[in-house]
Amino acid sequence: MRIMDVLLPRTLDEALEMKAAAPAAMPIAGGTDVMVELNFDRRRPATILDVSRLPELRTWRKEDGAFFLGAGVTYARIVNDLTMFPALMQASRTVGSPQIRNRGTVGGNLGTASPAGDALPVLAAYDAEVVLARAGGVTRALPWHQFMVGPKKTVIAPDELILGARWKIARGPGSFSKVGTRNAMVIAVASLCLLFDEGGRTVRVALGSVGPTILRAPDAEQFLARVLHDAGAWDNPRVPVPPAAIEEFAGRVAQAGRPIDDVRGTAAYRRHACTVLAQRALTWALSDRKLKETR
Amino acid sequence: MSTKVAERTRGGVGESVRRVDGVPKVKGQFLYGSDLWAEEMLWGYTLRSPHPHARIVSIDISRALSSTGVHAVLVASDVPGRKTYGLEIPDQPVLAIDRVRYQGEAVAVLAANDLELARRAAERITVAYEVLPAVADMEQALRSDAPNVHDFGNVLRHIRIARGDYNTPADVWVEGYYETGMQDQAMLGPESGLAIPAEDGGIDLYVATQWLHVDRDQIAPCLDLPPDKVRLHLAGIGGAFGAREDLSMHLHACLLALRTRKPVKMVYSREESFYGHVHRHPARIWMRHGATRGGMLTSVYARIVIDGGAYASSSTAVIANASTFAAGPYEVPNALVEGTAVYTNNPPCGAMRGFGAVQACVAHEAQMDKLARALRLDPVELRVKNAVSTGSVLPTGQIIRGSAPVREVIRRCAAIELPPAPSERDPLTYPGGAGNVSRGERLRRGVGFAVGYKNIAYSGGFDDSAECRVKLFSGPGGVIAEVHSAAAEVGQGVHTLLVQIAREELGIDTVVLHPADTSVGSAGSSSASRQTMMSGGAVQMACRAVRDVLFERARRAGLDRELAPDIPVAIRDGQIFAGARRVGALVEFLDEPIEQTRVYHHRKTTPLDRDGQGDPHVTFAFAAQRAVVEVDEDLGLVRVVQIAAAQDVGHALNPQSVFGQIEGGTAQGLGFALMEEIQLKDGRIRNPSFTDYLIPTILDMPPVVSVLIEEPEPGVPYGAKGAGEPSAIVSTAAILAALRDATGRELNRVPVRPDDLIGLAPPVQSSGPPPAPNVPYPEPVPKALGIL
Repeated sequence: MRIMDVLLPRTLDEALEMKAAAPAAMPIAGGTDVMVELNFDRRRPATILDVSRLPELRTWRKEDGAFFLGAGVTYARIVNDLTMFPALMQASRTVGSPQIRNRGTVGGNLGTASPAGDALPVLAAYDAEVVLARAGGVTRALPWHQFMVGPKKTVIAPDELILGARWKIARGPGSFSKVGTRNAMVIAVASLCLLFDEGGRTVRVALGSVGPTILRAPDAEQFLARVLHDAGAWDNPRVPVPPAAIEEFAGRVAQAGRPIDDVRGTAAYRRHACTVLAQRALTWALSDRKLKETR
Repeated sequence: MSTKVAERTRGGVGESVRRVDGVPKVKGQFLYGSDLWAEEMLWGYTLRSPHPHARIVSIDISRALSSTGVHAVLVASDVPGRKTYGLEIPDQPVLAIDRVRYQGEAVAVLAANDLELARRAAERITVAYEVLPAVADMEQALRSDAPNVHDFGNVLRHIRIARGDYNTPADVWVEGYYETGMQDQAMLGPESGLAIPAEDGGIDLYVATQWLHVDRDQIAPCLDLPPDKVRLHLAGIGGAFGAREDLSMHLHACLLALRTRKPVKMVYSREESFYGHVHRHPARIWMRHGATRGGMLTSVYARIVIDGGAYASSSTAVIANASTFAAGPYEVPNALVEGTAVYTNNPPCGAMRGFGAVQACVAHEAQMDKLARALRLDPVELRVKNAVSTGSVLPTGQIIRGSAPVREVIRRCAAIELPPAPSERDPLTYPGGAGNVSRGERLRRGVGFAVGYKNIAYSGGFDDSAECRVKLFSGPGGVIAEVHSAAAEVGQGVHTLLVQIAREELGIDTVVLHPADTSVGSAGSSSASRQTMMSGGAVQMACRAVRDVLFERARRAGLDRELAPDIPVAIRDGQIFAGARRVGALVEFLDEPIEQTRVYHHRKTTPLDRDGQGDPHVTFAFAAQRAVVEVDEDLGLVRVVQIAAAQDVGHALNPQSVFGQIEGGTAQGLGFALMEEIQLKDGRIRNPSFTDYLIPTILDMPPVVSVLIEEPEPGVPYGAKGAGEPSAIVSTAAILAALRDATGRELNRVPVRPDDLIGLAPPVQSSGPPPAPNVPYPEPVPKALGIL
């Protein structure tokens, strides 16, 4: 009795052809999500497509003011090498244990599309698009929010694979924070990424684990951009931002969340945590801007 | 003949000897139960109940039986002997009979060529259930309108300990209500074993367990085999902490192996493991303490209810422990303790490190802090003032006979230097750790103190003896001693210790361990901090018996003069010495090996009487801890900064192992204080995985600064007390106290959640202690009724 086929493509083209021939095949890279699903008997795919050997997915590159991160890049490599993206590094550092970070990939976060995926709020704050490919050299790129449309739900077509994520490189401070009930190796109860885009004069905030999917806080973002504009803080980072405005911003961030009670935490706590994380992240970013200015 | 203890040989008693199993475990070469393999073996799998309470209308196994690769499917009617088993009371069906009483109860087992086939075939077993109303709450279980979990009712055991008048007038009264959650042992190796049918019709079971012989005694009647046809062999154990006291896959693998005539292996997944073993009892505890203005305890009232879940397991002993330790290690002339273990349709609870004393300690230490506040006394001094010592009378009337250096334990712990406030910090060291949530905002430091104690060995009149066989023989590389003991090495280091004792007693370096199995007598359980005393004592006795034979041979060889009774004889470096004179090499007297078997018994104890009076415990070990915590007051996240620990160990036979036990027990207590809880809803486990059942990581564990208080226990081997449990008892209470100190909040439930620490969730409330059930005797109800 045959229990499962495992396909082992060596190149991207080969993988895409296999996927076209067997659209039900489940892609696996690091296996840190898929193997859990198999072990818990939640999924029994007839075919598994191992994409961990594809060199095309294990790369990153700058592309004309944008950055492309291959779906097969592990969190360990991001933590070690991608110093130009501190928030992504911070998010990657919060993923699991060293062993998990050695295996787990950003492509896995995208493919699983869990609202608790640690890299996802960062990609959302980057306004990243997800690059998909199918056999015959056909690729398409979707904004992150059009790609992930619900809890563990994406619009990827059965014959497509995730190539990676791409975003415009923005200048400005920012950070990623994750709250869990243990000091490491924990699934987010709430997470937040805040980024300044000095060029675009915007601040972007994305939330994880407080809704069916990753959420942005557009109302809070616009409010803050206005506050910084009115205070003249875009041009002069040393202009103080009133504490009341920071508090107001944090409250508006929390309003963007749509948390629920579950085994990991209560909705009330999640909402509260969003407020605190927003307040802290903004305070840190404002102080980093000042610091940069004085240097 | 007077013999003095042998001269110090390398690796003897008192040294931090490297573990005998250390290197293979670190290198990944150690064979655990889950690594067992046999030619042509099958894989067993268990079908479990999805319902907390239901009647089984019908079971159809035909589709499963005809599935590819399936060799057998068994249900209750296939159990050849007794249909139920149990550690204390045989109330648990081997496979469910007509009714399931908890979610996860075993209904059917099957064997197939591999695990995946077995899992798929199990889905083809059709069980029709009629769902029944479930008792999902321990206080609900006590109400008269509650459904009965067992036909005789929901009270498993009720203990009443009464001494003096608990209403005696006092200057100050403090009251409190406390709850503790259901903790899992979370041993890293799940349940595993391999059953091999033997040609004599019997069975050999290789299994990771805490007590081979009590397993055998439960297995044999169910298989309808004489005990000598059920041979158990200890498989490599990946942690136990009480989870391996009850049977899990043992009987199922044996039944399948006997039916198929093939070896059958069973290994639980992590999820199944949560359903496949008992847990720490959730408890609800009401307490009222009275004291004089000067701070002397006058009275303690305690009402304790613990949730035993669907089957008895060791709940009857756990409630006895929780009740006898309810007042803490303090002198109190008047006490009333009422403890009840109830049946519910929750997962069964039983043994876990600390065994009832953990829950009691959470409550009595919170009460001592409340009392100190009410009296404006230093909490440490209040504890010193009331601490028991040798000669103290406990609420049970038991007089502490052994060493009880409680005041020294408390003072030495309090004297450990507090951690300095760090100047520059790695963000990883803030509460929230790797989550990058803090740069030091709203940090509050708190300090908490707790004292507790634990009985060593089994209590209440039970004679849990330990046997050991020692063989001394001349081997290729010199004289070898072989130690044969059935003691389970659960990671605590007993195997290393047995070797150390044999070296010490026989004065030779080369000691080997015979594999632990049932071809030697029972060693008793690796539980209750007892193996150092019990199996340690048995090895010591057997070695001394071997030595007596050896000296007798030397005497017969014409060395009477040297071995005159007044000359001290000793062995060192493989030589026998009479005084300073060498009388010959050991090997000269070992043409025939010497083999001696001895059984160690602890002193006799008695059960509790109707008023909870008696002499129930063999002896006690005490511990104190001081916890320093930091709380992020905005996020309710915690970092424990330091644990200062002092423990009464009698005599540290392997100091490194003792420190390891203190640190490991502290980690488990820390987990219980901050994160570890099996969350239940309507009798169902919501988090049966290590994704959502969190245990501490290295970033959660602080440095543990330990001091050992060595006041030898009279009348036990080397004066040593077991060291496995006391730290696990006090660390939860100490951390809880530190969190209260940091936040100023009541925090009367563990584990403490972020919501509790920032005031999003109120303290747990109670309308008062439930009335005591009408059980006028201390025996377990089903036993007293003669039902089981």
